[in-house]
Amino acid sequence: MGYNCVVLVKQVPDTKRITGKVMNDDGTVNRAALAAIFNPEDLNALEMALQIKGLYGGTVTAITMGLPSAAEVLREALYRGSDRAILITDPRAAASDTLATSYILSCAVRNVPYDIVLCGRQAIDGDTAQVGPQVAQKLGITQITYVEALEGLQGRSITVRRNIGNGWQLVRTNLPVLMTVIDSANQPRIPAAKRLMRYKKARARCEIEAQLRLERPQLEQGELAELVEQAAKELSSRGLLIEQWDIDMIGADPALCGRSGSPTKVHRIQSVILSAKDSKTVEPTDAGISQMISELISDRIIA
Amino acid sequence: MINTNQKADVWVFAEQHNGHLEDVSLELLGKARALAAQLNVAVGAVLLGQQVSSLSQRLISHGADKVLLADHPLLAHYQTNSYAKVFCQLVRKYQPQIVLFGATVTGRDLAPRIASELRAGLTADCTDLQIGDHKPPNEDKLYKGLLFQIRPAFGGNIIATIINYQRWPQMATVREGVMRMADPNPRRKGRVIKVDVELGPEDLPLEILQEHQQPRKVNLKAARIIVAGGAGVGSKENFKLIWELANCLGGAPAGSRAAVDLGFIDHQYQVGQTGTTVRPALYIAIGISGAIQHRAGMEQSQKIVAINKDPQAPIFSIAHYKIVADLNDVVPRMIKALKEKATR
Repeated sequence: MGYNCVVLVKQVPDTKRITGKVMNDDGTVNRAALAAIFNPEDLNALEMALQIKGLYGGTVTAITMGLPSAAEVLREALYRGSDRAILITDPRAAASDTLATSYILSCAVRNVPYDIVLCGRQAIDGDTAQVGPQVAQKLGITQITYVEALEGLQGRSITVRRNIGNGWQLVRTNLPVLMTVIDSANQPRIPAAKRLMRYKKARARCEIEAQLRLERPQLEQGELAELVEQAAKELSSRGLLIEQWDIDMIGADPALCGRSGSPTKVHRIQSVILSAKDSKTVEPTDAGISQMISELISDRIIA
Repeated sequence: MINTNQKADVWVFAEQHNGHLEDVSLELLGKARALAAQLNVAVGAVLLGQQVSSLSQRLISHGADKVLLADHPLLAHYQTNSYAKVFCQLVRKYQPQIVLFGATVTGRDLAPRIASELRAGLTADCTDLQIGDHKPPNEDKLYKGLLFQIRPAFGGNIIATIINYQRWPQMATVREGVMRMADPNPRRKGRVIKVDVELGPEDLPLEILQEHQQPRKVNLKAARIIVAGGAGVGSKENFKLIWELANCLGGAPAGSRAAVDLGFIDHQYQVGQTGTTVRPALYIAIGISGAIQHRAGMEQSQKIVAINKDPQAPIFSIAHYKIVADLNDVVPRMIKALKEKATR
């Protein structure tokens, strides 16, 4: 008995607390100006998975795709109660749009046992809410979006309440299912101190390697690989290894990943942030007000 | 994914529930009409449901040249799989170049499922759509007449223009209220094309046990522009200024907690920690001092205009445009300026 839950999580820039200039002069995003956090609604998805495990038993696996630094959100998932953590990191996955991302994530999910796939409704960096439904389509399973409450599970049947904007809907379906969870669904638990102490040492291979390179820059490639392997084995024996997969290991077609797998392309990016020093004092005259309105029109704020 | 075809139609998903069309679909038809005129192609409205053919003329009067009507008992209630299946069949058959959806709960559930199946690009929550040309950095070819999908990203800190030049259809969602609804022309003519629907029980994996819909309340979250008044407005009478300015901008009126407590405006219009948290494109704070509880509910707005007599008011610390003056003088000037721009 019990259910295998897979939670798809994302590390995102904290768009609510942006400091300094978000865009570099060359038009790329200045990551240094952005603190990285666990996408808020993914915490609600993780909480729901942990509640399912608490009520019915089973497992919780957290999967993320991202840079090596995204291992941090997996550690946070382990602190909160996740049983297993998997990092998909591969340079060939860079610049994936939602379609390529959902393809890669669906390939990863196929490699773990699952009854229920959960993710936050949307991530705060893009706010698209597209990856959940797209993963469900690629897995060929039923999707339930905007889930605000878990009513219960019985055998292979699940009942949840969806928020439909101006009301709610109580729906039932058979597993497997993918659900996207909204922030009002629950209050994510805070990490347990005991788990935090235990899992703060959890590492992915890429992190072990980076640490070794830093500590011993003179190491040769072969030696380095051997040491990484040793350390990984040691961590794994203590249940502290964050699994690290590349797109070959999940059987993904490279042509469908990254830039080549992404139908949407960026034509142009414009920075619109006004930091406090960019604020303007408008003279309370017809000319001053007219000038402000012209600026708002040219900035596409008003039509 | 379908081939690019410059002669193909521009489509809008005509979202209806229980025979009631969503406003956003009508707004999109107006935009689709403008895009189609530039491309010199037709606008198609895709209408799925049961016994909904009576909605066709309304779609035509708002800009559709043709209505693709899929009428079937199994389409009576929206479900992701059944709607996506029928929609994908239609796209494969008729090969539209652009497909637009309202960014409603239903649109955001359906559009990505369809895009994934078609392996097409999809851009969420566009704030503007235009037609333009693009030259990829590594190619000599100029791709003409593409859909520019313009949207904020990174919490509204950047504006990105997204395109899909190789794989079509070009798909986008747009939030309600972003596009202006055009006045309907009841004399407009269009064709209704009834399409065949093949669905079985296996296409309806959800059992809808219960549904509850409140009558539509004030939805500040969906508003792109919010004009909010505070205690400084002085009276319920004077709050008319707030409504008038909101009306001029096509925005929603709102109030601070102080304005609500003073009875100037109803609680459902309250912005702030104990009211609604909003992040519109434009927030105009009028006679609001800007207590932290209020700022927490609106400081993520893309642009903030603050009007207050007190130069020390905390609202100015987060305002992009500061107007230190009497609101009774400034607001009428703003209304006048907006009316002048509109007639130009």
